[in-house]
Parts: sequence; C-alpha cells; structure tokens
Amino acid sequence: MTKKNVFLILILLVLACALPFVVSNYRTFQLTLVLVYAIALLGLNILTGYSGQISLGHGAFYALGAYCAAILMDKAGVPYWATVPAAGAVCFVAGFLFGLPALRLEGLYLALATFALGVAMPQLLKYHHLEKWTGGVQGIVIPKPEAPFGLPLNADQWLYFFTLAVMLAMFVLGWNLLRGRVGRALTAIRDHAIAAEAMGVHNALYKSTAFGVSALYTGVAGALGAIAVQFVAPDSFNIFLSIVFLVGIVVGGLASISGALYGALFIQFVPNIADEISKAAPWAVFGVFMIGFVYLMPTGVAGAVRLLSARRRTP
Amino acid sequence: MDAFLHQVLAGLATGGIYASLALALVMIYQATHLVNFAQGEMAMFATYLGWSLLNAGVPYWPAFLLTIGIAFVAGIVIERVVVRPVENSPVLAIVVVFIALLVILNSVAGWIYTYTLKSFPSPFPPQAAFKYMSPHEIGAIGITLVVLAALYAFFRFTPLGLAMRAAAQNPESARLVGIRVGWMLALGWGLAAAIGAVAGMMVAPIVYLDPNMMGGVLLYAFAAALVGGIDSPGGAVLGGFLVGVLENVLGAFVIGNELKLSVALVLIVGVLLVRPSGFFGKVHVTRV
Amino acid sequence: MKLRFFIGMLAASLAFPALAQKKYDPGASDSEIRIGNTNPYSGPASAYGTIGKSIAAYFKMVNDQGGINGRKINFISYDDGYSPPRTVEMARKLVEQDQVLFMFQTLGTPSNTAIHKYMNMKKVPQMMVATGATKWNDPKGNPWTMGWQPNYQGEAQIYAQHIIKTKPDAKIAVLYQNDDYGKDYLKGLHDGLGAKKSMIVKEVSYEVSDPTVDSQIVQLAASGADVFINITTPKFAAQAIRKAYDIGWKPVQYLNNVSIGIGSVLTPAGLDKSVGLLTVAYLKEPNDKQFENDAAMTQWREFMKKYYPDGSLIDNLNVYGYSVGQTIAQVLKQCGDNLTRENVMRQAANIKRYRVDTLLPGVLVDTGADDFAPIESVQLQRFNGKEWIRFGEVMGGR
Repeated sequence: MTKKNVFLILILLVLACALPFVVSNYRTFQLTLVLVYAIALLGLNILTGYSGQISLGHGAFYALGAYCAAILMDKAGVPYWATVPAAGAVCFVAGFLFGLPALRLEGLYLALATFALGVAMPQLLKYHHLEKWTGGVQGIVIPKPEAPFGLPLNADQWLYFFTLAVMLAMFVLGWNLLRGRVGRALTAIRDHAIAAEAMGVHNALYKSTAFGVSALYTGVAGALGAIAVQFVAPDSFNIFLSIVFLVGIVVGGLASISGALYGALFIQFVPNIADEISKAAPWAVFGVFMIGFVYLMPTGVAGAVRLLSARRRTP
Repeated sequence: MDAFLHQVLAGLATGGIYASLALALVMIYQATHLVNFAQGEMAMFATYLGWSLLNAGVPYWPAFLLTIGIAFVAGIVIERVVVRPVENSPVLAIVVVFIALLVILNSVAGWIYTYTLKSFPSPFPPQAAFKYMSPHEIGAIGITLVVLAALYAFFRFTPLGLAMRAAAQNPESARLVGIRVGWMLALGWGLAAAIGAVAGMMVAPIVYLDPNMMGGVLLYAFAAALVGGIDSPGGAVLGGFLVGVLENVLGAFVIGNELKLSVALVLIVGVLLVRPSGFFGKVHVTRV
Repeated sequence: MKLRFFIGMLAASLAFPALAQKKYDPGASDSEIRIGNTNPYSGPASAYGTIGKSIAAYFKMVNDQGGINGRKINFISYDDGYSPPRTVEMARKLVEQDQVLFMFQTLGTPSNTAIHKYMNMKKVPQMMVATGATKWNDPKGNPWTMGWQPNYQGEAQIYAQHIIKTKPDAKIAVLYQNDDYGKDYLKGLHDGLGAKKSMIVKEVSYEVSDPTVDSQIVQLAASGADVFINITTPKFAAQAIRKAYDIGWKPVQYLNNVSIGIGSVLTPAGLDKSVGLLTVAYLKEPNDKQFENDAAMTQWREFMKKYYPDGSLIDNLNVYGYSVGQTIAQVLKQCGDNLTRENVMRQAANIKRYRVDTLLPGVLVDTGADDFAPIESVQLQRFNGKEWIRFGEVMGGR
C-alpha cells in the first residue's frame, strides 16, 4: 500500500463525504445504491475472482439478506442498523451450507448449480407456507430510517453515510482477509487446486468458507439495499439480478477490490444510459457491453487502470 | 389411478419439450465441452425466423427445413465470431459471453417481434381419439426420437462424427492426426443450433411463441441433460421424460405446484453431487 | 426606478385577472405539462410495455391537435423492467429530477406498491395506475393515489355471484397465477362466495416461469369440477383453454378480463375451443366483429396507423392505452389553468359520468371524493366462436 495510494484513497473519501451535500437527494439515493452494489460485488468477487468459483445465483443471497432485514424490521421491530449484521450472519450460514455440497463442483457445473439457485429463489420466496413472514407476493414495505441524535441530515443523506460506513468497514475487512493467508490460500486453490491440496491447503474448508464469506457480504448488501429502496418483493430478486452482479465483476475487474466499485458504478448507471440509446432493447445494449469488456478488457476497468498507471510509471 | 396416469402422460408430453432442448445442450457439450446457457434463446430465435417464413407464405415443411438450415449456418457463425475469441479464456469469460448472448437474443427478439403472443402451426392433425396427449405432442416426441437416432448414427457410424468426438475429447491429438479442430467446434455449434431450431418449432405450438418461451424450459432442460448424462444424447432424452413426469407428478400429488422450480434445483444439485455423469454419461476421472 | 417598475407590474397583473389565476406546480407551465410514467419495456412483463407506447402515441396526437388548453404534453416514460427497486429509482428520478407534475399509469402491482408511500408523502399524484388491485381506491388513507380499471376483486365477485345465481350446486375449480394479481382475484372470489366458499373443490396455481399449465389443467379436470375459473395471463390462458378442450373437460368457464383478446388469446387457443367462455368487459375489443364499423373503433384504428404503426391492431392493450389517455386528457381539460397537483387530484375525483367512446356502451367513468375507482361498471359477455356477446345489465358503479 504505497503512500500515493493512501493519499488517493483519502481524497476519494473526502469527495465521497462531500457529495451528498452537493448533489440532489435523488442522486444521493442512486449513490447509496452504488455503495450497496459495491459491497455485493466485493462479495461475489471473493468467491469468483479470488477463489475461482463461479456463481450465477448470488441474487439469491442478496434476496436472503434483504428479506432478513425486512422481516426483522417489520415483524420483530428490530432497528434498522441491527438488521445488517443479522442479515450477514444468516447469509454466512446459508452460504457455507450451500458451499458444502458445491465443493465438489467445478467451473461450468458450479455455474449451473448456482444458476438453478438463482432461478428457483423467487418461487421459494412466494411459497405460501412462508407467507406469514415474507408477505408473499405483496412483499413488505419498510419505513425509512431518520438521522439519529438530531443530526442535521435528511433521511437520504443519513442512509448514504450509514451505507458508506458499512461499506468502508467491509472493504477494509475484505482487504485484510485477501491480503493475508486466506487470500493466498484461495488464489492457490483457484489456480491449481490439486497442487494447493498437496501443499497442505485444506481445500474443502477454505472453499466453503469462501462461499460463506461471499454470501455474508452479498447479504449485508441486500439488507442495506432493502432499507434504501424501502420495499422487498419476490420478483425483484430473479435470475437477472444474479446476471447483473456477474456483469458487474467482469466489467469492474476480477480479483480486485477497487473493481467492485467500478462495477457498481457500471451496473447502476449504464442501464439508464442503455435506456436512452434504445428503449426497445436495453438488455441487448447491456449484453453488447458485456461481450465488449470480455474481449477488449478482460481484466476489467480495474485491470485497465492498473495497466495505465504501470505504464506511466515505467520510463 | 386415472388421474395419476393422466399426469404421467402429461409429464411425458412436457418431458418431450425438455428432451428436445436437452438434446441440443448435449450436442454442444459433446462438441465443445461447454454448457451453453444461451441454447434456449437460440432455439427461440430460430423459431421466430421460422414464423417469419411461414408468415411470408412459405408452406410448412419447406419453411421447417429452411429454418433448420439457417439455424445451422447461424450456429457456425456464432461459434466463429463470438465464441472463438474466448475459447482459451478462463471459464468465467466463456460463461459471461454465453449469458450475454442469452440477453441479446432475448432483447432483440422482443424488439423485432414484440411481446404479443403468436401461434405457431403444427404439422400434425389437430384432433385424435386419444384424449391424454394431443397428436402434436405425440408427434413432437416422435420427431425428437428421430433426431436422437440420427445423432446417434452420425456420431457412431460416420467419419465426420468420429472426428468431432475426437476433437472434443483430445484437441491436441486430433490436430496431430489432421482433424481441423476449429471447424469441428463450429460444426458442433451449427448442429446444436439446428437441433435447437427443431426443438423450438416443436415446442412453440404447445406453449405459444413469445420471446420468453424458452425461459422456463431452460432450467428443466439443464436438469434433464444432467440427469441423463451431459455427454449422452440418449440419456438426455430419457432425462427429459423423467424430469417432465417427476415435475408433474410431484407437483400434482406431493409438493404442490408452488415448488416445481425447487424440484429442478434439487435435481440439478443432487445429480451433480451424487453422480455428476448422470445415468448414462461417461465418468471422468482426473488423475494427478 | 425599480419601485416604479414594480408598481407597473403590479398594476398590470391586477388588470389581467385571468393571468394572475394561473397556478402551476413543478411540471406545469404556459407551454407544457410534464407527465411521468414507468412501464416494463424489458424483462418478463414486457408484453405490457405496449400500453406505455400507445399512451405516448395518444399524447402525440393530442399535441398535434393543439394540446390541452394550449399546452403540449411532455410524456416521460422510463423502463422499470417490472422490478420494484427500479420503479422506485425511476419514480424518484421523475419526481425529483425531471420534475413532473404527476405520475400516470405506472404499471404493475408490486411496482406501484413500492412507490405508494413515497408518492403520498411527496404529495405527487399517482394517477390511474395500471393495475386492478383493490388497494388503490383509498381516498382517506392515500389521497394521492387513484386507479382506473375495474378492480380484480370486484370482477371475481361478479363471477361468484353469477355462479351462485345460475348454478347453485356447482363444483368450482380455480387456476390462478401465483402472484399479487392472481391472489387478488382469488380473494375476490372467496369474498364473493362468502359462506358458499366450499363450492371450490380445487384451487391450483402456476408460475410465470412454468412452460405449460397442462399439468394443472389435468389436476383440475380430475377433481370433477363443472365450473372453471381461469385466472391467467394471455399465454397461459390460451394454453388452459386449449388443454381443457383437448382432454374433453367441458366446464362452464369464466375467463378473467386480462386475457379476453380475441386475436391475442382466443385465436391461438382455437376459436372453436373457446365457445361458451364467460367474462366481464369494459373495453371494446379490437377484433370483435360487432365493432368493425363502430365510429370510435374506426377512429382508434386510424390513430394506430398514423401514430403507432408498430403497434398491434389485435392487441386490446392498445385500446386500453388509448382509453386511459382520453380519461386523463379530460381531467387536464377540467383543470383549466389551475395546474397544481392538488387541483389535478381534485379534478380527477370529480369526473362525472364521462363517456370514453372506446369503452363499452353503458360503461362510464365516474369518480367522487370518496370514490377513487373511475371505472366500476362492467358487463358479462359470452363468446360464441366469433364475437363476445354481451348479456345482462351493466353492473357495478353508479
């Protein structure tokens, strides 16, 4: 972590804190969603980028986190800030459990299994025996939290800062995790699983834990997202959400923490642009972007940035 | 008992739908060792092309054959242009490209043809005495079996089929014996697209043609292909019928209609864990 | 100097009382009225996106004809892909960034539920939402929200009452879509049957992701029911009608209003297989031979050809869009020069027996301070293989 990088990050932080006071509430709301997606994408990146396990079903964990928060707030009167760690914990367990059988699956097969999870999730959420808690197809409406301690912030601004704080905490945690032994073990497993096992890396434990941690991150994002949007309904969390997350990490950059932020900006703002280009086929534009990035910038925006700064450094 | 039998037969009919798409999935897998997430949308798009031909006045069977031909060529083009550049990239890149294909085809179909329901004609007579399955559903199953037999014969008895299998299993050795591996892959895609077109044209009269026609079918087709063995065409077809019957019977008598997708999920994960090669596939052993 | 200028302006404004009475909220001005909308132009519900397109075309026609009270309508419509989080985002964009005067015809029950609280908190009208859910008619609790079409529960209650009247010992089977719309109908059916709820012998649901509903139809037929209530969207309605016929099950079948299009549903299902279907309706059907030479429908066809040539002439959703466009145009006309949000709501709650010519004869648009359901009248009709023949009286409403 060079001094220059630390300086850059500090500048970004100051900018991030200043933004809600400069832009409209609507933009602040959008930026809050960007932060939420960044957390979700970091989660997916831990699994797919660093640990090499493809997931086409992370929307399911996002949904789980969102519903955790909604049910706790709506049925148990839990304050909003407590639902975030709760959602994280529940999703960690769920992710770990799903990761156990998924251990034996590689590449395309794992993609297929997670694809199935992503497709089946909305129907599970609508299951009428669970309706008492999930609100069934009507979903659950969540009230918006106000700034505490009488701070001079409106609800949108407060939520932005709350999300920013959570995001920073999650990013620092993630950075520590991935930089250390765990990260190295995951990368070893990704690059050559059999060699890693032979070297003493306990594949099964690390892979399941990676699934659990990844789900935890995405679940936290889901909870924050639910609080921001103030509404959860089963059909918000269909397979397209999982696909959007995948697009986010590919565009942002795999195995990269900053990539999560680039990817989040992409998936939040590009659909709006795509809408302008062609009201008729916005997803087609999205798809073309996806292919373009895979061909031209396979390391994503983060990779391109790294390349550029490396090129500038060498004389 | 009558109700049960009826559900089983209805399950066979839906199973026929899954079987035909599963065949296309297996075709691509056999040729390229890839799972093509965009297979359903390719089939749907081909069916729309067929619809356009029929709408322009071309009679059924010529339009049918023409659509298969166009799909075949389109499959080859897609392989050369879209899949080729990422052939040697990590799996994630390939998956992303397939998903991109999926969304592009779906969007473009909706844009060109709108989302209003269209009916697609059936070459089979409209009514029969047998009330449990319509003539079309029986005919569609028949056509699927014919395609299966043709595929089997192709791979088993023709030099080209042998070359394709070699190219997929061991590209380096295949190249050494003079097989143009690149073109074998393209051919595989072309064949899969053609089979998908047949699947689409058989399915459309039952489920009606709209851009989201294959959306629901895809997951069940995956389950079917896995259950039967992702590299076994016969297994895939059998898997299709099995999945169709299971889904119907479980939905009607055991778990209710609200959890059918979860059945597919459990099937997929279960098969992948317990017996990843399915009932009829080959078991792959990795040696260190 | 400045003071004189000021006094001059004051005098001028007093001399022209009409000018001083113009009242605008954000989104309205001398030259335009900005109206916001979200529709699913992409994703699984994109078949309904044609409503947004037909409304846009209608407003274009209105503008070509001089606008409303001299103001052009600026209709801003965004795609929400039928995803509630995106609806929230687009609604906030329309209200806070694009500064529309009001939201109109936002489509989908979950989408509207997601923004329901927000719109009422911001005091921006959520006008004539494109969903038949019953909860929009709540003037006391949510005074800024209003529906338009006859609601689903009301429709189901009419079927229930008709069954009790005509076939009191019926055994009823129900097929419904497993989402808010389907469940809303189901509730109406249960409420309408009341104590006689036990007449329902089998209720099965299906998902939009199911390839076919054949299995469900087989289940229903096996229950021995002789009345079938078909609560499905167009694709599944066609499948259900056809399958029921093919397996030889011939119940008295009630089809929900959402799927009665002759061109879009009954023709694919098979016109001969659709004979005897019962439903209620409030709109004129575009393929119905009775309206072939009807003046209003002829005008509609000309409108489609000129302003929405890509739109399908067999899709009744395009008649829907045209009709709701006419309704809001009337509300805006009634507003005159007072284009505040409050007045828009007031005028919307003050539509007195207004006739939209593409609605069935006898069906009028009517609202009041405690009646936020503009269209409540419907009429039963039966399909004879070629057209929908209305019978009985126009029910509901005033």
